[in-house]
Amino acid sequence: MSHARLSPRQYLILGLVSLCAPLGDTCLSRGMTGLPEITLAHPFTLIAAVFTPWIAAGIALLICFFASYLTALSWADLTFVLPATAFGNVIVALLARFWLHEPISLERWAGIVLITVGVGLVAQGPSLTERPVAHAPSLAETADMGKEQA
Amino acid sequence: MTIPYPAPQPGFSAATAMIAAIILASTAGEVLTAAAMKSVGDLDEIRAHSGLKGAIRAVLTCPLFFAGVSFLALAFFALLFALNHLNLSLVAPASASLTLVTNAVAGKIFLKENVDRRRWTSAVLVCIGVYLLAH
Repeated sequence: MSHARLSPRQYLILGLVSLCAPLGDTCLSRGMTGLPEITLAHPFTLIAAVFTPWIAAGIALLICFFASYLTALSWADLTFVLPATAFGNVIVALLARFWLHEPISLERWAGIVLITVGVGLVAQGPSLTERPVAHAPSLAETADMGKEQA
Repeated sequence: MTIPYPAPQPGFSAATAMIAAIILASTAGEVLTAAAMKSVGDLDEIRAHSGLKGAIRAVLTCPLFFAGVSFLALAFFALLFALNHLNLSLVAPASASLTLVTNAVAGKIFLKENVDRRRWTSAVLVCIGVYLLAH
């Protein structure tokens, strides 16, 4: 697989990383604010909270985020994945503006522009540092070798 | 009867130490997790060969992955501790944006990633952008 340019599927994974983390956090926040106050005297109410729809959705989205993030890190550099997926912050700000009709200050618009330019810059470069040669075979390659021997 | 009053905010050095603890633990966690995933190999390929169970097994049998997750958990608790003493409007943007820069430095030093001018510029732009957006 060539690592210089990403395939549509890999862009989809990066999109999932960008979207799932902020959406998951938003769902958790929405779910927790809707609950009565949870105290240390009644810790089991926290366990019950996990099964409420918003919090369950938040946890599912965060699991999806972590799985996509690990997948992205398996074929792209950390210094590529982190800036590239920061676009999620912009999506949440735009959702807040156009869906929830929250005002966005000039400072925040400046932040949105800077993140967008930063993401555009990093996305145009290679996603993975090319290594010269000989590395230990990955699990997939080991599996290949096993099949060939069989 | 005592009148409740807001707890005094910690001094500059204490606030810096709390934010630095979050950034350090977070950076260590990200770098270890990235190193773990590089040692495992392309998860898409592993899944194509061995299925989803094979991919999960490959990740869960990598000790570096657990080291990374432990540091990420430590970063989370450091964040909770800092939020207990400092304002969210300071902790969230400062830690989120500075982590991008420390990750670029750590990625170059420990993961030997090719952090060229493009990636430096991008990391700094996103860092300032996240700060402005979250502040």
